[in-house]
Amino acid sequence: MIYAQRSSQLLTSIPDYVKIVEVGARDGLQNEKAIIPTNVKVELIKLLVSSGLSVVEATSFVSPKWVPQLADAKDVLAAIQNVEGARFPVLTPNLKGFEAAVAAGAKEVAVFPAASESFSKANLNSSIEDNLARCHDIASAARSLSIPVRGYISCVVGCPLEGNIAPAKVAYVAKSLYEMGCSEISLGDTIGVGTPGTVISMLEAVLDVVPTDMLAVHFHDTYGQALSNILISLQMGISTVDSSVSGLGGCPYAKGATGNVATEDVVYMLNGLGVKTNVDLGKLMLAGDFICKHLGRASGSKAATALSKVTSHASKL
Amino acid sequence: MKFGMIDDSISDCQSSPKCHTKDMQGLAYKFLNSIPKFVKIVEVGPRDGLQNEKNIVPTSVKIELIHRLASTGLSVIEATSFVSPKWVPQLADAKDVMQAVHNLRGIRLPVLTPNLKGFEAAMASGAREVAIFASASESFSKSNINCSIEESLIRFRAVTRAAKQLSIPVRGYVSCVAGCPVEGPIPPSKVAYVAKELYDMGCFEISLGDTIGVGTPGTVVPMLLAVMAVVPIDKIAVHFHDTYGQSLPNILVSLQMGISTVDSSVAGLGGCPYAKGASGNVATEDVVYMLNGLGVKTNVDLGKLMLAGDFISNHLGRPSTSKTAIALNRVTSNASKISY
Repeated sequence: MIYAQRSSQLLTSIPDYVKIVEVGARDGLQNEKAIIPTNVKVELIKLLVSSGLSVVEATSFVSPKWVPQLADAKDVLAAIQNVEGARFPVLTPNLKGFEAAVAAGAKEVAVFPAASESFSKANLNSSIEDNLARCHDIASAARSLSIPVRGYISCVVGCPLEGNIAPAKVAYVAKSLYEMGCSEISLGDTIGVGTPGTVISMLEAVLDVVPTDMLAVHFHDTYGQALSNILISLQMGISTVDSSVSGLGGCPYAKGATGNVATEDVVYMLNGLGVKTNVDLGKLMLAGDFICKHLGRASGSKAATALSKVTSHASKL
Repeated sequence: MKFGMIDDSISDCQSSPKCHTKDMQGLAYKFLNSIPKFVKIVEVGPRDGLQNEKNIVPTSVKIELIHRLASTGLSVIEATSFVSPKWVPQLADAKDVMQAVHNLRGIRLPVLTPNLKGFEAAMASGAREVAIFASASESFSKSNINCSIEESLIRFRAVTRAAKQLSIPVRGYVSCVAGCPVEGPIPPSKVAYVAKELYDMGCFEISLGDTIGVGTPGTVVPMLLAVMAVVPIDKIAVHFHDTYGQSLPNILVSLQMGISTVDSSVAGLGGCPYAKGASGNVATEDVVYMLNGLGVKTNVDLGKLMLAGDFISNHLGRPSTSKTAIALNRVTSNASKISY
């Protein structure tokens, strides 16, 4: 009977509804070498919306010098202005990017400090403090326009330069983002090294300073750990999960290794847990098929691969 | 602490001055404290992993793989199967493999034996541990081993009787514990029934196999609860397939329920015969990575395990399907700038 007790604890704290933040169109595509035509990006976004996803990260207003793939940010946003049923946050690294985003019709933005000082300096060319100050400026400008701001934190478990990141550090950055007015804070395991043990320690520290319902988790599947990390996060009451259709988006730190967790695999698990997502797995797979065909690659989603290839006589699943 | 290596900080936290006393008393503790401190990994790569390979893998390569796996610290390696070569041509060399490895010290080398004939052949080759496998699905039993569940249990009782005479341990597998390609969902009570039958006939361990990988923690928990009501928890192993990417969360929730034996396959060898091209077994490297991160002891050296995985992947001419192995092999030295 202790087993019944134990098992009920394992599942009952999992939220009844989980919001999926689809990052395929931005985080997924941004590191693709070959430039993807604007119309393909727009079609992908439309297919994603039609699957029921309510938040689809559309693009990034970062300098085309850094991310040539998303140089068409303005055009993508213009093309989806009238698409209904979803929100389209865009990344804005600084005030200039924010202003360009707003001018292009953005109604929601995202900023992204790091929890690792070395990573922040190497990657964003500024210390954590300077970055947070920049985020603060964006948050103030956004507030005056009633534009919600999502705060990403990268390297929440480990950093390619520093190694392990102290949970207290993550909590510090999370608290700063919360206090400056971010509507949601997405905790990113940038290099995918987290496992449920390290994730729990990190979440506990952050939950001390930010309400549960404002937190999202953004796990990378580089070491195959994303779904277990998502499961433990759900057990802790987290109800927003970032993922990328077909697992688009590799890990820039381990060439050829995977990055984002596949939305189809996340939805498969959530469906199995009885968690509502409002996402239609079949339609999601169509979006995945579409972009994979264009990229000329197999899907990075195991669920999508399996569901596509189940032999006809093995029908009952 | 190097990534991928065992993280003692979780289990040692209570005695470490660095930890806030609050840390391990928090809400989160209940999701970690029931996880066993030690997990036994049953490596099934040489058997379950290789058996569906189209091209015959030379006996010498199989033997070398087993030797390499033995050097990693793995204590149980499923070596081969004494099933008719008509069904599994890949393992027609079972006798030769067994004769070459049966004296490996400190390693248990169970082999599959579908019936008494297979059992006798296994004994003649020096095997000291065997495994049998029934299905929780009637349709799957009929289409896969050509007999009903009850008929298979009768067959297996003959094997366990003979094994008992020779003091040979027998492991019992139950297939289709989460779903069947023919019948769909399988009731937990059916799984518990078959598990109990295998346990009562003398199996020392029951491995619950999600043959087509459709299980999720939502279905795994009720299934395990039903089995745990009739088989002691320390006699239960979980054998999840990663066909839908669900095996690690399924393993995690199983650990949280107190299960301490996990089956896996080096480099994720072994596809799913029911979804052509889809993956099958969960990769041992990925399991070890997670267990290390949880502070669970396995005695398995991840680096040496990766070498075994490299060896067989090179032979098969395919990349590993272990994400951990791929990531650890390719981490670039200058992991500095990514672009936003």
